[in-house]
Amino acid sequence: MAQATGQPDAVIQVQTIPLHRRVRAGLVVLKRAPLIPMIILGVLLIFVAFAPLVATHDPVQNDIMNNLAPPSIANFLGTDQLGRDVYSRIVYGSRISLALSLLVIAIGGGAGIILGTVTGYLGGRADALVQRAVEAVLALPLILVALSFVFTFGFSFWNVVMILCPFVAARFARIVRGETLSTRERDYVALAKVIGAPTHRIVLKHILPNVFNTVVVISTLEVGHIILVESSLSFLGVGIPPPKPAWGLMVAEGRQFITSAYWISLFPGLAIMATVLSLNLFGDWLRDTMDPRRREL
Amino acid sequence: MGRYVANRIAQSLVNILFITVLVFLLARATGDPADVFIDDSLPPEAAEAFRVRLGLDQPIYVQYWVFIKDLSRGDLGDSVRGHRPVTEMLVERLPATFSLALVAMGIAMVMGIPLGVLSAVYRGTVIDRAAKIVAFLGQSTPSFWLGIMLMLFFGVFFFQQGLPSLPISGRGGAATYILPSFTMGWFVVAGLVRLTRSSMLDVLDSDYVTMARAKGLNEKVVIWKHALRNAMIPVLTYSGLILGGFMNGSVVVEQVFAWPGVGRMALTAVSGRDYPVVQGVVIMIGVFYIVINLLVDILYVMIDPRIKYSNS
Repeated sequence: MAQATGQPDAVIQVQTIPLHRRVRAGLVVLKRAPLIPMIILGVLLIFVAFAPLVATHDPVQNDIMNNLAPPSIANFLGTDQLGRDVYSRIVYGSRISLALSLLVIAIGGGAGIILGTVTGYLGGRADALVQRAVEAVLALPLILVALSFVFTFGFSFWNVVMILCPFVAARFARIVRGETLSTRERDYVALAKVIGAPTHRIVLKHILPNVFNTVVVISTLEVGHIILVESSLSFLGVGIPPPKPAWGLMVAEGRQFITSAYWISLFPGLAIMATVLSLNLFGDWLRDTMDPRRREL
Repeated sequence: MGRYVANRIAQSLVNILFITVLVFLLARATGDPADVFIDDSLPPEAAEAFRVRLGLDQPIYVQYWVFIKDLSRGDLGDSVRGHRPVTEMLVERLPATFSLALVAMGIAMVMGIPLGVLSAVYRGTVIDRAAKIVAFLGQSTPSFWLGIMLMLFFGVFFFQQGLPSLPISGRGGAATYILPSFTMGWFVVAGLVRLTRSSMLDVLDSDYVTMARAKGLNEKVVIWKHALRNAMIPVLTYSGLILGGFMNGSVVVEQVFAWPGVGRMALTAVSGRDYPVVQGVVIMIGVFYIVINLLVDILYVMIDPRIKYSNS
């Protein structure tokens, strides 16, 4: 394998910092992260990881004799119209929100990153075509398109994922492409090209690592956005189907009891707000830290 | 600039085409749309005759062509439930949606722009921080939940306390607009604050502001007249986009407040299996959104000749 591509690449190989030092450096930076959002996100992660331990009740077990009970020692945040424990449903609901956002980021975001880097790097007709498509997707009224999608395919967890993926992919593709365009003009990319590195190698080794910071930042902000959209769809009755404890759905279910049992709607909504707010604050801090060029004045 | 405008128009046409293809295909994705109308008890010949009447025996591209032709004449088909033209139903409901969106935009601007100006002028102070908190809160509040909580507080709680309460559902006098439009506007205050702030910071650094100050003008005049006027350009164009976004977000707010607009109509149509109505709302709002975006972009280059656009 002594091809022209292998050898010179070894020459420009930058000395890599050992993993443990990178992790330690990362932890030092993380110590400066905004405290309250970190605590909220930490609690959320505990909910997700240890839901059966943290929850006090079964999230879908009806207890009709104990319905609409106000917050008490037995039910921290009260019970809903079917006697289900609101607190336990919020705990389990975190799993739905997180699983859905991670899936959408993985599939949609992943596709967007690939599209953005490859077409941004190659340019030309493929780039123009993808650009047009990205613009077209971003011009769609998301909630209404979701309505017509649900009309045709019915509603389920996976359908929500499928609706959200193209939108997230388009947003990722647009931002990543922009970053790729500026990275493409750097000297080290030109150098790699001169020494004959194949396209996939340039994209993987030189372009991707440089858009990585941006990707981390937009992923954080997008998770918040996805949670908001998913909860809106669930609220409208076209997102996650009952009896799953999706937060948006819980708010909708409590709506008709709002005068007698405010807690059914209040707490899941607070959970959404706290989560999205923390993600936005954390994402904003990440952007300032990792990506000073995009910092707000 | 001519080339930029031509490109933007071309892209907008692509976008509109994309929406029509999407709703057209979605209607046919699960098989025969005629199944909705056709009873199992109907004799096969009658069912076939029905398909022919609706043009469903034609190849799909012919069907799409007919669909586009009807669309260009403003014909969105008939509602399955209401047995009336969808266009007629849309025209009936549009004023409610549109007026709500306009009021919401007004509220958002009244809150967002002064806050943005203040946070730029008092950069790094408590005011700046407070504006930032408002912006973050606005971006993170689910509007359906905010709407319900406002209803609970200003409608139910005030009423129970014997205080003057606000109407919580339906559309009537000016008072019925307060809660829905605030709910709608709150979400975009964030964007307005941030944009006004950064735009003001740019302008405050400029020579003519220094000049105005050097002339000994009152600081208030400098900020609210000289600086703000120029800082408003991006803010105003952004407001155009907000209006488009409101039309999309109208589904949620209209559902919460039982507002008789097109968004609520679309949602009712989904549960009533009335696809022509869903399709009509999606196309109309989609086209509206695209056209507004186009106008905003064109207006932007016309207002501000400093902006140069690359065609790539």
